[in-house]
Amino acid sequence: MSTTLFLVQMLNGLQLGVLLFLVAAGLTLVFGVMDFINLAHGVQYMLGAYLAVAFIALTGSFTLGILAALVAALVIGLVLEVAIFRHLYARDHLDQVLATFGLILFFNQGVKLVWGAAPLSIALPEMLSGSVRLMDGLLYPVFRLVIIAAGLLVALLLWFIVDRTRTGMLIRAGASNAPMVSALGVDIHRLFMIVFAFGTMLAGFAGVMAAPILSVEPGMGDQVLILAFVVIVIGGIGSIRGAFVAALIVGLVDTLGRSFSVDLFKLFMTNANARATGASFASMATYILMAAVLFFRPQGLFPARGRT
Amino acid sequence: MSVETPAMAASATPARPSFLVRNIVPILLFAALAVLPFLGLGSYITQLVTRMMILGLAAIALDLVLGYGGLVSFGHAAFLGIGAYAAGILVTENRGDVVYILPAALGVAALFGAFTGYVSLRTRGVAFIMITLAFGQMAFFLAQSLSRYGGDDGVTLYSRMSVFGADVLSNRTVFYFVVLGVLIALYALCRAIVASRFGRVLSAGRENPVRLASLGYDVQRVRLLAYIISGMITAVAGVLLANHTEFVSPAYMSWQRSGELIFIVILGGIGRLDGAIIGALVFLLLEEYLAELTEHWKIIFGALLVAVVLFTRGGILGQIDKLLGRARHG
Repeated sequence: MSTTLFLVQMLNGLQLGVLLFLVAAGLTLVFGVMDFINLAHGVQYMLGAYLAVAFIALTGSFTLGILAALVAALVIGLVLEVAIFRHLYARDHLDQVLATFGLILFFNQGVKLVWGAAPLSIALPEMLSGSVRLMDGLLYPVFRLVIIAAGLLVALLLWFIVDRTRTGMLIRAGASNAPMVSALGVDIHRLFMIVFAFGTMLAGFAGVMAAPILSVEPGMGDQVLILAFVVIVIGGIGSIRGAFVAALIVGLVDTLGRSFSVDLFKLFMTNANARATGASFASMATYILMAAVLFFRPQGLFPARGRT
Repeated sequence: MSVETPAMAASATPARPSFLVRNIVPILLFAALAVLPFLGLGSYITQLVTRMMILGLAAIALDLVLGYGGLVSFGHAAFLGIGAYAAGILVTENRGDVVYILPAALGVAALFGAFTGYVSLRTRGVAFIMITLAFGQMAFFLAQSLSRYGGDDGVTLYSRMSVFGADVLSNRTVFYFVVLGVLIALYALCRAIVASRFGRVLSAGRENPVRLASLGYDVQRVRLLAYIISGMITAVAGVLLANHTEFVSPAYMSWQRSGELIFIVILGGIGRLDGAIIGALVFLLLEEYLAELTEHWKIIFGALLVAVVLFTRGGILGQIDKLLGRARHG
């Protein structure tokens, strides 16, 4: 394996990690504050991607389409919150899992009904479709760099909001003890709605960003959702910092595992065996990582404070 | 607080079902299943009911940990897949006899259950749900990478497994009764487990693990054991499923399948083993009926799922209890 290939894969891993963080951040926030497990969070990611496709085709403009898709994803998320999720916050986790699982089936089939089962794609505008030369023999697509930058920017923004603003303070307080926050006179339902809208927007944003580089297809949210689960379990449920670190780790492990595990196993196996073992190892690497982390730290790497 | 009697641990459901329902339902159910092939309803119905019994068996096993242990396992399809792949792989390798397949399925399921259970049970609540889901995915991807056995496309069994060298299962009626026999036997086993001291400790661990621990019980060990037993029974269902469809694919382990199993348990009534069978029946009828209605049946199904959670508690048997309770009082 060459250094260039390694660097490219590092960047790819970083980019996957950033996308995962956008999805996981909302998931862990919603869980941390409302004790609500939302399987339909992956649906928001998928809807973001589909809406981006639809609105870019409709408006003919990449920027306008993406903005419209973000707004539409947010609106759909809020409608779902008011109509369904709100009634589930007080229920036990089993009910939440089941109802949001129902929503996944509904929306996966729904997008199939509206847009068909075939994968869709978005053409990037000229400005973003090229590659840049990062160093000798290392060309990297501009748009992937944009994703990484945007994701890191959002992470920074999120840190600022949660750590430095009044709303963020309430969110943190709500995560430690929601009834107490409510008793102190804060409108907890409004807070819940803000947190939920926030998470929804982040997942939608991830979907919008992913749309041009991945194929947009029904069920695309499921894979991301499960990886996001792995991320927040590794990072410590309810912890945004943990989600950030774990998302980057999972992104890197997954990407590097996929590209280098066969080479790795070739060191001490025959080629054919290495190919088979490497392939299955690559697809399981993140889960093995999760099992290992949990084995030593059942609460995750960065357990959120104030949770028992 | 007075001293607790052991009886408190025995009530597995929020409202204890009436005596009549608790015993009449399984008897009527199994009697109906036993006479069904003789009613001349055609092979389509028998096939459907065979499938229902197999899924019902898996749901019973899940109910053991979900309903009694209070552990929401979202990766139970992995066990189903382990059983199915044990059958698929060994039939492909010309070792398609029950004497190889059953021990392989049980052994691998027990190992997988012991490992994933040990790690998962270190966590509680939501983390447990997510971790079992992730382990389920791990099994799914492992199955996908088995290129020798069809990879993503799966593998077709060239015949059903033989029983001690005899090819008896290829007869559909025989297979039907084998499935029914296994279902009744394992249902009885689960009833015995639930009623035993072990089962009571398991249920009590869901109600109040702290009190149980202070009484000197090792709750984690009981949970782990229940998880492994449940996984092994599910693997038996997997073996039957592979023989029923004569086909195995990673889709058996998909996380949607795990979700469906949970839905079946909830639909029938959580924490009551006969409910799982009824849940499986209703689930399959629903699936068949809706699929006939429209190819986009999952839209209706998904919406229905949400509605079931939001508006009904206690599942189908819970609703029957309510009706019977009302009839008796009024």
